[in-house]
Amino acid sequence: MARYTRRQFIQIGAAAGGAVAASGLATRFWGLDAARAEDPGTDGDRVVPTFCELCFWNCGVLAHVKGGQVTKLGGNPEHPLSRGMLCPRGAGGTGLLYDPDRLKKPLIRASKRGEDVFQEASWDAALNKVAEELLKVRERHGPEAVALFTHGFGGSWWKHFMKAWGSPNIGAPSYAQCRGPREAAFTLTYGEGLGSPEPIDLANARVITLIGSHLGENMHNTQVQELAEAVGKGAQLVVVDPRFSVAAGKARYWLPVKPGTDLALLLAWMNVILTEKRHDAEYLAKYATGLDELTAHVATKTPEWASAITGVRPELIRESARLIASARPASLIHPGRHTTWYGDDTQRLRATAILAALLGSWGRRGGYLVTDKFRLAGYPLPKPPLHPGGRSKDDMPKGGGFPVADEVLASGLCDATKPGRALYDLKAWIVYGTNLMQALPAPQETAAAIQNLDFIVAIDVLPAEICGFADVVLPECTYLERDDDLAAPAYKQPFVAIRQAVVPPMYESKPGSWIAKELANRVGLGDQFPWADAREFVETRLAASKIDSAELRRKGALVGKPIPTCEEEGATPNITTGDGKIKLFSAELQQLGFEPLPDFHPQEEAPAGMFRMLSGRAPTHTFGRTTNNRLLAEPFPENEVWVNAEAARALPFPLANGDRVVLVNQDGVRSGPVRARVTERIRGDCVYLVHGFGHTAKGLRQARGRGASDSLLTSRYKVDPIMGGTGVNVNFVRLEPAGRVA
Amino acid sequence: MKKRYAMVVDTRRCVACGACAIACKTENRVSNGGFRCWTVQETSGTFPDLALEARSERCNHCADAPCVSACPTGASYVAEGGAVAVDRRKCTGCKACMASCPYGARFVHAEGHVDKCTFCLHRVTQARLPACVETCPTKALTFGDLADPASAVTRLVHGRRVKTLQPEAGTRPQVFFLT
Repeated sequence: MARYTRRQFIQIGAAAGGAVAASGLATRFWGLDAARAEDPGTDGDRVVPTFCELCFWNCGVLAHVKGGQVTKLGGNPEHPLSRGMLCPRGAGGTGLLYDPDRLKKPLIRASKRGEDVFQEASWDAALNKVAEELLKVRERHGPEAVALFTHGFGGSWWKHFMKAWGSPNIGAPSYAQCRGPREAAFTLTYGEGLGSPEPIDLANARVITLIGSHLGENMHNTQVQELAEAVGKGAQLVVVDPRFSVAAGKARYWLPVKPGTDLALLLAWMNVILTEKRHDAEYLAKYATGLDELTAHVATKTPEWASAITGVRPELIRESARLIASARPASLIHPGRHTTWYGDDTQRLRATAILAALLGSWGRRGGYLVTDKFRLAGYPLPKPPLHPGGRSKDDMPKGGGFPVADEVLASGLCDATKPGRALYDLKAWIVYGTNLMQALPAPQETAAAIQNLDFIVAIDVLPAEICGFADVVLPECTYLERDDDLAAPAYKQPFVAIRQAVVPPMYESKPGSWIAKELANRVGLGDQFPWADAREFVETRLAASKIDSAELRRKGALVGKPIPTCEEEGATPNITTGDGKIKLFSAELQQLGFEPLPDFHPQEEAPAGMFRMLSGRAPTHTFGRTTNNRLLAEPFPENEVWVNAEAARALPFPLANGDRVVLVNQDGVRSGPVRARVTERIRGDCVYLVHGFGHTAKGLRQARGRGASDSLLTSRYKVDPIMGGTGVNVNFVRLEPAGRVA
Repeated sequence: MKKRYAMVVDTRRCVACGACAIACKTENRVSNGGFRCWTVQETSGTFPDLALEARSERCNHCADAPCVSACPTGASYVAEGGAVAVDRRKCTGCKACMASCPYGARFVHAEGHVDKCTFCLHRVTQARLPACVETCPTKALTFGDLADPASAVTRLVHGRRVKTLQPEAGTRPQVFFLT
């Protein structure tokens, strides 16, 4: 068939119309050249297995490469965490690789710190500058005056650097700003924290209770897969949330609890379960201590008592408690992940942990499983150097002075940067893969702390806000452009996964492994990085572990021998308290001067005309890390402030769905304009924002100025006295029309 | 026997995460501004008595497709398995099909032609699943041949309560929703 332009074809059609109609061939004429299914051509010439870094879940990915470009990403069926499926972030990973706003060259600050003005530099000049500044800090203040903030799997190289350097000050916001209270609570109750991925058995649970967890909007891929699997098999959900979440939409019971009162509800559930003897008495007699004390403690915490606090009807509290108990031991109280809400968070999570024990679900199918790690040999490292003059480990308070914290608090490191607040002042920060201006609460406070530093370097893929405060910015390549260490987290199917560079690094970006090694060479620690590159590091570990490297590289992940994961399969529940018993009553907390059993204490109420500000997740985004990703920003370009429809009608100005408003908090901090979502799906005493929006960084051209930043509006927080987590749901906002001048 | 491709969306499992939309975009090189598939969260009721349906949507590949009738050039046509496809070489982007589609399933691609879900015919004809089905973390999407009595979609459509979007339009949609 002759080729015609579109216009020519129309002209021919018009001219031939009469003749064709006369001949009676009109319909068949247009169909004479039936088209074949057109192939978009995105299948790769080669497909490389690796694992994702769009969030901490690190799912196995198959990257399709065609003509040197990554065309698409699919889930790796060999990898236990993805099982061939990806969440939207994972599927949108090419949007990070090809983000036009990526950091391309090393940058050295050319103006005042925080003004976001830089000059481009060579790698040699930039690395020399960093080395020089760190050595100065060490000489003047000792090696421990350097702190590392890290997020993401590539942080392993930097943790190694810090160990060699001689500083224990390594903090991840994922602890004190996220899962810390949960880790502390489960340690106090069962002896160990949950870690990540959480050892929960969603797929086999018959009732799943979500307390403020946005699972389904928070895309922990494997968990969402298993949640859907459970629902598909008839599992019932109980959802506790001031907002009618997606999970609430599937729930048998949704309890729209007043924000800050979840603990009262949990105590009432315990009251019903114990009073009506629905707990697993046999299991508790065998594995737990403190049942008598707990029973006495909750004797008066009736549904009527809790109803007055939470606003949830007493019958609903009873019915949901009975449903939860009816499914034991396959009744899963989901531990949540982002649990730093009100400053009483460890105790709230203690109640969650205790409830799980009452149901006999720890170490049982459908509850909390026993997990194990795939055995891997480490790299044979030389002995780390001695650091004369450094402070002894015994001189430093555990967990920043919080006796139950078992990780360094990122917020504690920030605090120690303010002069005189700690045993010694921190003088330099290395910030890897975390945008502290959104990850830490009270960015105003973080910005002020940074000004006390002698030096700060940021290593990232994108020019996030924290880069604007750095003295040196170093561009790391994306996970698709680098090798990293092996991943072998504790899991019900022990496995090892490999990250492989799919395409060479773009621009002048480099792998973090290279950057850390080059920096180590310049500060006299090159012998601590004896491998040529990350690939050699991995090959050495594989050889020492007797793993077939070619097989692992071909498959992307190898699964180890099956292990018994629950009592039903022959495993003993994993209880590592001193005496091997579950601590319903915590003598440890009592000795430390805290309540040995969780109790409810009211939170501050909202000032008149204000709403409590809550935040959560969207399935297309990982905090602010992905809001600049064009692929992911397209379906979800900005957040909205959710306002209850009736509360919206009661505002002093008319508010329609989609109108833009400004949020002003109790300290007078103002957000940028944000669209209002007037909805029935939230209580009237609070508003809700998806976290991670409202960027201000000049370099983030897609994300800048879109939506409101909940981090900015979090100008205050409540510190959990038990483990130091920073509760952020203690800020109140009022709404103003966006057009109004301040 | 002639095939009849169909898709079943389980709204109980779907969480409207949008992985289908992103996987489809990268699989099919969908241009910025357009989506071949998308997600919907439909809420009913007033606080606190609420219901929510989450679902993934796309072209319904109607058995009685108004877009095919409306197309002046024959660019919209019924392809293998009854899937409705667009021949970009014939399409002038006149939007007659968009006007006739009751589901809003079509958009104008940046290259000037109309674009929409093809059921990933280029994959399906090679015995692979559509990209959205393959990636869906909740396994809410099932694809298959409705003319095959043994296929999963046939068992779901005939064994479960299903609905289609806007059945009153008389288009006979081939995307079914389990409620």
